[in-house]
Amino acid sequence: MDNKIRSLRMEHITKRFPGVLASDDISISVGEGEVLALVGENGAGKTTLMNILMGLYQSDEGRILINDKEVRFRGPEDAFKAGLGMVHQTYMLVHNMTVLENIALGYKSAWKHTSIDMGEVRDRINEISSRYGLLVNPDAYIWQLSVGEQQRVELVKTLCLGARFLILDEPTSALTPQETDELIVLLKNMKNELPIIFISHKLQEVKALSNKVTILRHGKVVFSGNTDDYSSQEIAAKMTGHEIVLPRNKAENKSGETALEIDSITVMSDMKTKALDGFSLSIKTGEIVGLAGVSGNGQRELAEAINGLRRTESGRIVLQGKEIQNLSPHDVIASGMGYIPEERNTEGIVPSFSIMENLVLKDISTEKFSDKGIVKKKEEEANAERLVEGFDIRCPGIMTAAGSLSGGNIQKVILARELDRKPRFLVAVYPTRGLDMGAVEFIHQRLLEIRESGIGILLISEELEEIMNLSDRIAVIYKGTVQKVLRQDEATKERLGILMAGVKE
Amino acid sequence: MLDILTNMLSMCIPFSVALLLASIGEMFNQRAGVFNLGCEGVMAMGAFIGMLIPFAAGGGGAVSQWYNVLGFIAAAALGAVFGIIFAVITVTFRAPQGIAGIGLQMFGVGTAGTLFRHFVGGTQSIPGIPDFDIPLLSKIPFIGDVFFSHNVMAYIAYLFIPVAMYILFKAPWGLKVRAVGTNPRAADSMGINVTRTRYEALMLGGALAGLAGAYLSIAQAKMFSDTLISGRGFIAVALVYFGHWHPIQIMGGALLFTFAQTFQTIIQSMGISFPYELAVMLPYVLVIVVLSFTSKDQTMAPSSLGKPFNREIRT
Repeated sequence: MDNKIRSLRMEHITKRFPGVLASDDISISVGEGEVLALVGENGAGKTTLMNILMGLYQSDEGRILINDKEVRFRGPEDAFKAGLGMVHQTYMLVHNMTVLENIALGYKSAWKHTSIDMGEVRDRINEISSRYGLLVNPDAYIWQLSVGEQQRVELVKTLCLGARFLILDEPTSALTPQETDELIVLLKNMKNELPIIFISHKLQEVKALSNKVTILRHGKVVFSGNTDDYSSQEIAAKMTGHEIVLPRNKAENKSGETALEIDSITVMSDMKTKALDGFSLSIKTGEIVGLAGVSGNGQRELAEAINGLRRTESGRIVLQGKEIQNLSPHDVIASGMGYIPEERNTEGIVPSFSIMENLVLKDISTEKFSDKGIVKKKEEEANAERLVEGFDIRCPGIMTAAGSLSGGNIQKVILARELDRKPRFLVAVYPTRGLDMGAVEFIHQRLLEIRESGIGILLISEELEEIMNLSDRIAVIYKGTVQKVLRQDEATKERLGILMAGVKE
Repeated sequence: MLDILTNMLSMCIPFSVALLLASIGEMFNQRAGVFNLGCEGVMAMGAFIGMLIPFAAGGGGAVSQWYNVLGFIAAAALGAVFGIIFAVITVTFRAPQGIAGIGLQMFGVGTAGTLFRHFVGGTQSIPGIPDFDIPLLSKIPFIGDVFFSHNVMAYIAYLFIPVAMYILFKAPWGLKVRAVGTNPRAADSMGINVTRTRYEALMLGGALAGLAGAYLSIAQAKMFSDTLISGRGFIAVALVYFGHWHPIQIMGGALLFTFAQTFQTIIQSMGISFPYELAVMLPYVLVIVVLSFTSKDQTMAPSSLGKPFNREIRT
């Protein structure tokens, strides 16, 4: 078939949203056998640009050329017909339908008047699966699949529907490190068959996969070039506008007495199985303990049990001499616990509340912010102004709805609230997941600062680099128990990887 | 004793038809992501127009069955029109569905009552449709009475359940409906017209609610009154949740509720000394109790239920 896409260019694309210039005269181009990495911080305009390419948004100015012919997409249908396929950051899958049905939804040639030829769809899935080495079970429901598997379904779907050009919007942001590595290998093979645009802000992946890189900042192209000619550091610097060196925990051990003692606790998962089974760990003041592990091994349940959000069936959790297991969240907070939850949009903030209100959520009924049941508006505002300034929260104003901020800024709101309360201990769950380098740097610095001030931190993360950079000690969790605790100098990526996979040393 | 049981069970199927049709219609609405609390109002309009046609033709006396058929068709058509009106409000203009539904309910019930007083006046009965005993099958003792001696619409309604299942789970349109109700953004990204599909589902839902109303006036009560629907529209909405958006489970719910209702009527008619106010409450209490104990498993739920879709607004 000679309907291959040999080149795709977007020229001088401009798109305005009310109050924002989301794309400002952007031009990009991709050719045969190439992977173009589109990088930029959150909010730089990458997703908007791709939505224009896919016909979801109409650009105000500019044009799109495929194989040097100008095309106009009035909707996503037109983009499909031209052979463009996009794997969105949030998967475009219907969770209460099977893989087969999800693919059939877009596979119109199998649609008859009153029925769908599911056999034809199944054959197509099998053909694509074997051609690209993408294994999926057509009869599984989406809600039964892990995030990595769902992504594979997305890829299969896009290819089944006839994509001859792939756009991947931050494909690795929700994947475990292993799944990420597998995906990179897969995409490397696929690029010989079809050109790929790869949106990411993770520079190792950009380096590993792409031939060309285009960097966006504030809706503008700030740089375009061959990936191999530049180091990760150079690309990072161009992306953020300044040099980025992630801070490391180099300070000598200042740890003192035990801050948090978790003594063989058992906690149930939502599925009523034991998520934590005799889990024990102790963290001293002024110490960061990183908890490494593949997600789903009890990390979520641990964080929830510590913060009073989930019942502890047996065992004790002691915060500086006081037993806090099975206290209400309110009492846990009052005991001095700080918490950066996993789901920042739903657990960390109330999205429809303003930044100002989100910053006082935990203290609104204290004397500091209220007087006989009346909120002290002035204090509340002053507090918000101070924290927005101090934590560099980029927002139109303190009355902006917190949910409308970018991920990095939402995380700064949470961090500001939790740290400013002067907690006696902090639980941070995936604190930098999905954030850009600038935000990661900022959050890492703050975590190290409060460690210096003598606060114990339990850092739960999947990013080995983050854990190794920040932790004094590293505990590996596997199936609800601690596999092993290593000192910072004993830990290597390989050793942690093996422990995370459940192999005993 | 067996007589009473036969009697009770044989009432179950015909009395459950209105609930069944309305809740299957509501299921299509909700599967597409829109809940229509106005079901009650659409049923009232359907009941009125359904009764009006045979009444006007025969003045309350015997009429050709074709007028009844015409009554059902008119009720379904009017219901579909109401579905479109509701779609304009909630899909195109993205109004809050709960409020819009309550508005539709009040509009429908009020308008039907007013038009009834204007065109018909007081209580008037119509001949309705006769029972049809299925040959041979209806002669089986007990089973024949319970399952095979009902009016034609009751058979049609129950035969519609496998049809509804086919539409929902096998037909291309059902696939679209399920997709737009669960993840409209995904459906949109695959070139499915979310607005159009929601309109179609609301039309079908409205038509079925209209039919359900006409069933009450033509086949069941053989009359119209302001209180004819008496909350069945709202029960139908509850049954959809109860039945987890699945036709078979919804049918189970409709039968359970109807059974409780016939049970309480029979208790009253047997003259057992039991406060009738409590007896009348029984089916409704049952719905609340059962709803609070049914599985809260949301894996199959249409998770975009109640949320208007706007392509250019990120959520």
